[in-house]
Amino acid sequence: MYIVIVGGGEVGYHLTRILLSDGHEVLVLEQNPARCEVLCEELGGVVYRGDGCEAATLDAVGTGRADMLIAVTDGDEDNLVACQVAKHKFNVPRTIARVTNPKNEKIFKILGVDVTVCSTKRILENIEQELPSHPIIPLLQVKGGSAEVIEVKIPPGSKVIGKTFGDFKMPFGSFVLLVIRKDIGPILPTTETTLYEEDEVIVITNAESQDAIRSILMGK
Amino acid sequence: MKIIIMGCGRVGARLAEALSSAGNDVTIIDTEPFALRKLPEDFKGTALVGNGLAEETLVKAGIESADVFVSCTPGDNRNVMACQIAKHIYNVPKIVSRVYDPIRAEMYRGLGIESVSPTTVIADLLKQKIEG
Repeated sequence: MYIVIVGGGEVGYHLTRILLSDGHEVLVLEQNPARCEVLCEELGGVVYRGDGCEAATLDAVGTGRADMLIAVTDGDEDNLVACQVAKHKFNVPRTIARVTNPKNEKIFKILGVDVTVCSTKRILENIEQELPSHPIIPLLQVKGGSAEVIEVKIPPGSKVIGKTFGDFKMPFGSFVLLVIRKDIGPILPTTETTLYEEDEVIVITNAESQDAIRSILMGK
Repeated sequence: MKIIIMGCGRVGARLAEALSSAGNDVTIIDTEPFALRKLPEDFKGTALVGNGLAEETLVKAGIESADVFVSCTPGDNRNVMACQIAKHIYNVPKIVSRVYDPIRAEMYRGLGIESVSPTTVIADLLKQKIEG
């Protein structure tokens, strides 16, 4: 596969190395001349100096025959434009953009970027999993982010303690998958399963229902 | 008309003043408070410090009820991204962007973003002056 990478920073450098060792044909575009020299020494002749948002540069590196363009500069707007130029000027079948501000993922999707990778969101999620007191822990994104698997820990004083799953309703489109009970382990819940304090409830849901789930399972 | 301008450089400030004097409700945004000093003291519109790519700033500027969104920061990519947010997320009816790179300007025109390329305009003007 021929892959064009826009941005030769740390992410671009490591990505290029990995893709090269996987046997792909890779070209990395970098604007900064000093950085280009470093990259050339490390990676050899797969580095081209130029602005990856400029059609002329993309043309010079044969983007027209590229199977994929991956934009990993540290500027969201630059990554968006590189992907759009690749799509609309060179018909690149697949574009991937790094996104720093999680709020930008929506507009990238609307504008036809095939895949967005938001490092900020990944880091936040990993940190959240390590914070014991955090109420809702995101575990897994499903179907490109339209559904999410989350973990809710039943806090002391919650109104669902002592009740069964049959006693209350979950929001539309949200389902309880599993209950992990202290000293017991995973339990497959039924409508008759009673909830205890400190139970970890694993739920599949969408972004809109998280507040409702919070108030149902954690409300006092 | 309610007009939002992103980028208070020479062009942005001048445009804001002209549109405001013509009786429009103008809000101008810049990330740099110092840049807003370019506006005349009797400027009737609103000057706002903030990032025009951020939802908070745009909502504060009143984008949900804006008739026109103009982007004239020095960065082509910032401009077209802001304009596409205005068009596709907030459905602003009229969008105009400054895009220095003529090829990019042409491409975004094709994508429904009215783009003015100073590069082409100025080069043509200078050529006319030279040739008399």
